[in-house]
Amino acid sequence: MSSLLNDALLLSRIQFAANITFHILFPALSIGLAWMLLYFKIRSDRDGGAAWMDAYRFWVKVFALTFAIGVVTGVTMSFQFGTNWPGYMETVGNIAGPLLAYEVLTAFFLEATFLGVMLFGTGRVSKGVQTMATFLVALGTTLSAFWILALSSWMQTPAGFEMIDGRAHVTSWLAVLFTPSFPYRFTHMLMACGLTTAFLIAGISAWRWRRGDRGGDVRVALGSAVWVAALLIPLQIVVGDLHGLNTLEHQPAKVAAMEGLWETQRGVPAVLFALPDEATRSNRMEISIPKLASFYLKHSFDAEVQGLNDFPNSHPPVMQVFWAFRIMVGVGLLMLVVSWASLLRLRRYGELGPKTSRALVLMTFSGWVALVSGWYVTEIGRQPWLVQGVLRTADAVTKVPPERIGLTLAMYLILYAVLLVAFVSTLFYLAHKAGADVNGKRMNPVADPYRANEIHAREHKHV
Amino acid sequence: MSELAQSNGWLPLVFMAVMGLAVLIYVVLDGYDLGVGILMGLASDTEKDTMVASIGPFWDANETWLVLGIGVLLTAFPLAHGIVMGALYLPVAAMLLGLILRGVAFDFRFKGQAHHKPWWNRAFVGGSLLAALAQGYMLGLLVVGFDRTPINMLFAAFIALCLAAGYCLLGAGWLLMKAEGDLQRRAIVWGRRALWLTALGIVGVSVATPLMSRAIFDKWFSVPNIFLLAPIPAFTAILFLLAAFAFKRLPVRLEQRNESWAWVPFGSTVVIFVLAFHGLAYSLFPWIVPQRMDIWQAAAAPESLMFILIGVIIVLPAILGYTAFAYWVFRGKSRDLEYG
Ligand code: HDD
Ligand code: HEM
Ligand code: HEM
Repeated sequence: MSSLLNDALLLSRIQFAANITFHILFPALSIGLAWMLLYFKIRSDRDGGAAWMDAYRFWVKVFALTFAIGVVTGVTMSFQFGTNWPGYMETVGNIAGPLLAYEVLTAFFLEATFLGVMLFGTGRVSKGVQTMATFLVALGTTLSAFWILALSSWMQTPAGFEMIDGRAHVTSWLAVLFTPSFPYRFTHMLMACGLTTAFLIAGISAWRWRRGDRGGDVRVALGSAVWVAALLIPLQIVVGDLHGLNTLEHQPAKVAAMEGLWETQRGVPAVLFALPDEATRSNRMEISIPKLASFYLKHSFDAEVQGLNDFPNSHPPVMQVFWAFRIMVGVGLLMLVVSWASLLRLRRYGELGPKTSRALVLMTFSGWVALVSGWYVTEIGRQPWLVQGVLRTADAVTKVPPERIGLTLAMYLILYAVLLVAFVSTLFYLAHKAGADVNGKRMNPVADPYRANEIHAREHKHV
Repeated sequence: MSELAQSNGWLPLVFMAVMGLAVLIYVVLDGYDLGVGILMGLASDTEKDTMVASIGPFWDANETWLVLGIGVLLTAFPLAHGIVMGALYLPVAAMLLGLILRGVAFDFRFKGQAHHKPWWNRAFVGGSLLAALAQGYMLGLLVVGFDRTPINMLFAAFIALCLAAGYCLLGAGWLLMKAEGDLQRRAIVWGRRALWLTALGIVGVSVATPLMSRAIFDKWFSVPNIFLLAPIPAFTAILFLLAAFAFKRLPVRLEQRNESWAWVPFGSTVVIFVLAFHGLAYSLFPWIVPQRMDIWQAAAAPESLMFILIGVIIVLPAILGYTAFAYWVFRGKSRDLEYG
């Protein structure tokens, strides 16, 4: 314990990982929900009818919440680079800086400014302008994913620069933006946001449905979410596979860790279960399918794949990467089964059944699990490098005394635990209230909720 | 200093200006909404709802100016960013804690269960206060060149209080324009109290900065500078008197349903902030870490700065444009917010 508290590097890593992990939970939902809300809004403007509008009204509240948490944790992120990783900006600031700056200029202002009009514009601007504002917010969130993933991809597969006096200087901005891994990462990430959101909407709607709250708004939200999930997940699996092939080309050590492969060999088995052990450099309790990994990595059952022993002292920690990868893929496969079972059931009977609805409820937060595991594969898999082949994590760390980092880390962890509990319980509270009370659908977000009841009662007396 | 005709000479200057602009806009905009947040601690429950409604559509975009400011520091002056952030590690963390608390409390207070609302209100007020104090403390440390002697830290704590008062002044001015009835009248009382502490803070910074270094002293007090610069403090003093006068007259005017002066305290406070900011910038220039690293030493490579400059030139006017649009959409007295 005392050695942990004295280790600025370890504490900084834990702190950064905790902050970004907590941050990404909310942007992923904001990105997905923004586009979903645009769809609900357009359907409601077009088809009339209360169902789409009510679905919009419910999910826009959730969106406002995810967005607010996304913004404040993001502001924290933008300070992290300087407070914990000064060496990062000193070495690659010429590249990271402009990308982050463009994110602020083109994306953050767009989304943050039009958010007000989108949320509170009713009665002040026309329907068309409000729909436009919703579109601009959705566009802003996606643009921000573009810039940050361009940077993240550059850190994985750096290109378009030269090193002069220990600092990176750009030779081609196009090459910096569109590095070899960028197209895969960007697509895979956007689809991950879509899936995370779709399973959240489907899960909460199924929960309401099981409680007997089966109004039009619950049905349209459920139907749309299940469709989105069922369409995205097969695509996600294909893109994930392509992404893996790309990684094999550029970061073979990472793939070896993902596969739990120690020795370079032909006809590599696909390991289903194992406990990789770095002390003995072998897997314990391995269960595997012969030759399969060679097939999906190199499209030939006999192909040779490089093992971890080819990268002495410069491969990532194996256990974490190996298991994070299995969790992501496992959740992906579950998503495939559950979304298609639900879709077929909906198409056939027009209703969920007890099993499908239950499965959807259980999968409500499955997107978060896959999303975070995926990022862990990517980020831990890059270790010991911070920027692959350019800068080691250990060389970028802050000189702030470890006690201070420990103090702020404890603060963040407590805060995040409270916020996570508050977010999840509020989500279910809102869902509960929306079903219990017709007025919930027109809940005034600032006034005391009970006043809304009074107004409603008064209106009824007049009739 | 590098040759100004060369790109590595003038680009850092331009980015210094962009960063200054972002920080100034941030201080004014988030200043009023942090101020409203602090004042909420003094308000009744129904007033709290109106106060939140008055900043609801804006606070998020306001905070984005902070992200731009820190983004430019990070981007244009990567070598200073680490030093500044390392020196301010704990106050930055405190500010972030405050900003997180208030940002989420804003939403949770009306979406969560009714019996949790008082707790979220406390988080909102406490978060706003903490963020304002932390920013003031950082400003204080910047003025004394990050030199952490006990006296300097006391001075920074005093500036922290004064900046929080300044934000309350902005917040009260904002409420004067956005609220009606009782709340509007209470805003006058709050504003009058905050006015004097703000003035004290500005005097404090003005006295401390020249004392800090001979160079800054000469910048202000050598001839002819002293005459050229005299209008800054003089004009600031006049604006304080104007705001004080407005606060005095407003109760009567509002009684007569005459709103024509309601914008005066806010307007004059904004100009005071702008002037104080320029005075400070004049003192500190060209240092980015006072007396240690100037903007040229800290700057990023010219090719990177050029790449961002293009973006800034194209995008900044658009941002200002749609910011103006948002303020125009939500002009006038604030109404209850309702999602549509
Ligand atoms: C793929 C998406 C994604 C990823 C990987 C990140 N972010 Fe993020 N971030 C967003 C997607 C996003 C988002 C969707 O644009 C926001 C806006 C609202 C929200 O919930 O998330 C957001 C908000 C947001 C904000 C507040 C913006 C505002 O004021 O409106 C900042 C400063 C950051 N982020 C900074 C970062 C940094 C420094 C990151 C990495 C180290 C990072 N984000 C990772
Ligand atoms: C959004 C999802 C992300 C998650 C969940 C995530 C997760 C992590 C984790 C777990 C680590 C620690 C790895 C270790 O030390 O073993 C890490 C490190 C890091 N990541 Fe990410 N990351 C994300 C996105 C990003 C992005 C977009 C960037 C930059 C553009 C980034 C930059 C870094 C840096 C600078 C470090 C610190 C150095 C290090 O330990 O490697 N991360 N991240
Ligand atoms: C089921 C099949 C899937 C496969 C084969 C797959 C494959 C991959 C691979 C190879 C990586 C790259 C690691 C790297 O090289 O850096 C990755 C990253 C990632 N995955 Fe998956 N994935 C699958 C499903 C999912 C699902 C269902 C989600 C989320 C809902 C998800 C979210 C992510 C994320 C967020 C990343 C990190 C960001 C990135 O590098 O793009 N994946 N995945």
